[in-house]
Amino acid sequence: MAERTVRVVVAKPGLDGHDRGAKIVARALRDAGFEVIYTGLHQTPEQIVATALQEDADAIGLSVLSGAHNYLFKRVLELLREKGAEDVAVFGGGIIPPEDIAGLKAVGVKELFTPGTSTQDIVRFVREHVRAAV
Amino acid sequence: MSGKREWEERTYRPFVERTPERAVRFESLSGIPVEPLYTPEDLADRTYEERLGYPGEYPFTRGVYPTMYRGRLWTMRMFAGFGRPEDTNARFKYLLAQGQTGLSTAFDMPALMGYDADHPRARGEVGKEGVSISTLDDFERLFADIPLGEVTTSMTINCTASVALAMYLAVAEKQGVAWDRVGGTMQNDMLKEFIAQKEWICPPEPAVRIVTDMIEFTARHVPRFNPVSISGYHIREAGSTAVQELAFTLADGLGYVEAALARGLDVDSFAPRLSFFFDIHNDFFEEIAKLRAARRMWARFMKERYGATQPESMRLRTHTQTAGVSATAQQPLNNIARVALQALAAVLGGAQSLHTNSYDETWALPTEEAVTVALRTQQVIAEETHTALTIDPLGGSYYLEALTDRMEAAALDYVRRIDAMGGMIRAIDAGFPQKEIADAAYRYQLMDDRGEKVVVGVNRYAMHDERPIHYLRIDESVELEQIEKVRRFKAARDMTRVERRLEQLAEACRNGSNVMPVLIDAVKDYASLGEVSDVYRRVFGLYREPIIF
Repeated sequence: MAERTVRVVVAKPGLDGHDRGAKIVARALRDAGFEVIYTGLHQTPEQIVATALQEDADAIGLSVLSGAHNYLFKRVLELLREKGAEDVAVFGGGIIPPEDIAGLKAVGVKELFTPGTSTQDIVRFVREHVRAAV
Repeated sequence: MSGKREWEERTYRPFVERTPERAVRFESLSGIPVEPLYTPEDLADRTYEERLGYPGEYPFTRGVYPTMYRGRLWTMRMFAGFGRPEDTNARFKYLLAQGQTGLSTAFDMPALMGYDADHPRARGEVGKEGVSISTLDDFERLFADIPLGEVTTSMTINCTASVALAMYLAVAEKQGVAWDRVGGTMQNDMLKEFIAQKEWICPPEPAVRIVTDMIEFTARHVPRFNPVSISGYHIREAGSTAVQELAFTLADGLGYVEAALARGLDVDSFAPRLSFFFDIHNDFFEEIAKLRAARRMWARFMKERYGATQPESMRLRTHTQTAGVSATAQQPLNNIARVALQALAAVLGGAQSLHTNSYDETWALPTEEAVTVALRTQQVIAEETHTALTIDPLGGSYYLEALTDRMEAAALDYVRRIDAMGGMIRAIDAGFPQKEIADAAYRYQLMDDRGEKVVVGVNRYAMHDERPIHYLRIDESVELEQIEKVRRFKAARDMTRVERRLEQLAEACRNGSNVMPVLIDAVKDYASLGEVSDVYRRVFGLYREPIIF
């Protein structure tokens, strides 16, 4: 049986309205053949995890440009663990200083993309590191 | 045959056949084709008076004031805000001591979205992207020892701008400064929030109604205050072209004018205080052309479409800011060069006010050192380059004038399409500007990815071993401290008074009377920004965005 298409939830957690990057990533992933669900803005971590579970997502891409990444990324990971969904790959991007990147990777964020990243790098990451659940 | 065509055939083409031009796209950043040469023939369709006129006179293409920078330099206004009110107050005082001439306040995301610091939705965001504000107590600390009768303050705040205006006027009153001496600007441009910046509480109709309340209130009581700064900046940063920025911004402006006219206000009573805010991006001439086209178009709209009779009503006064989105995280010092060139374009474009971005903003909020370089960049332009000695020094450049005409025509086409949809609120409901911007943003990204658009230090001239830079950290303890302070302050209020004020506000929202007078009383009794926003949520309902990507 052919493998199911990888499903990615692209989400904007928190109150930050900078959605240019999230929308571009959502579109680039869709154009690369993935199934993409874009949550829209101002989502709570609870809403994002609920969407991911409901949509049977294989990965969540989080975009934060407000400086609130430490709290919001960690909260999403925590909720996924609580729901027994730690196999959902979490990656993200935004204005994220290097020392925070190390801290976020240590708690389970798979990859973080900062300004200047090509959409092709993100597509490649999803292709190489995210598998569709069977 | 025209002289230009003759030159092309006689000299240019044979030369290009032997020595080809560089293999780049000869088009502006917005995709306007750029010819090898412009001559007087490109400007033959309009007279000098129609196209340009004179500074301080209709159609204001060359500048809104008769003396421009010979009379007074542009206002150097650096956007600042982070952490607790006292942290930002200290930065304000530092900037004033460095020769800055106006203040500009950045609020944190909870304040911008209508939540107090102690609200669960504020977690992780308090004081991060701007200063944390919940009650008048915070506002008093933000402006402590800053004389509001002497300094003008710009505030980048939109769906909660009514609260910020109420608090600002309350602080002025406490300082003993009469409202008619208070000057400043509220961004308060809700239409572009739905299009681009995406901070909102309630849907467009009630949001614009509150904006109109503020236009009406300031026209009567705070005559030196600009109640709205009609902003292209965020539209551009969200990914639009320069033409789309020009068109959507002016179309938003027309939306406010129409709302105020529908309220029964006389156009000349409020139009002089409408102000604008444009992005200044990398394409040097296109950005200068954009500001000139904006002035000419706005003057025509105000005179011909709305019958304004006062020249002040036709004057498009604008703040400008260098393009945050053009800054790179790679080789961040290169941003200083980008900002300098963009700032020069703003000045050559005749801006009234300018914020120069700091080179480290792709990493975090700027350090004091980075902000100082950005401010000094403006001071170098003002004091050393001699570009401010004559008015509109590039006026008459064949290329610039042809580009100005071209941008005007392309933007007018968009404005007509929005008119045909029934105005900007209807266009937003249909997702039109949002989709146009998303498409343009994606096109730009693909051009970057393919290297068709060169980004120095990123997709060309990249370096692998980059030195890390020093950047600003907001201590996590700031959030906890601010939350605690707000909780304590709120607990000590007279809640009967607060609740009565909030009920009066709800009543004003429902019965259509101007919200400002009761809102000012409410913040004086320490009703908080979040509580006022809750009233808006309860009475007007929440906005839900159409999902477009």
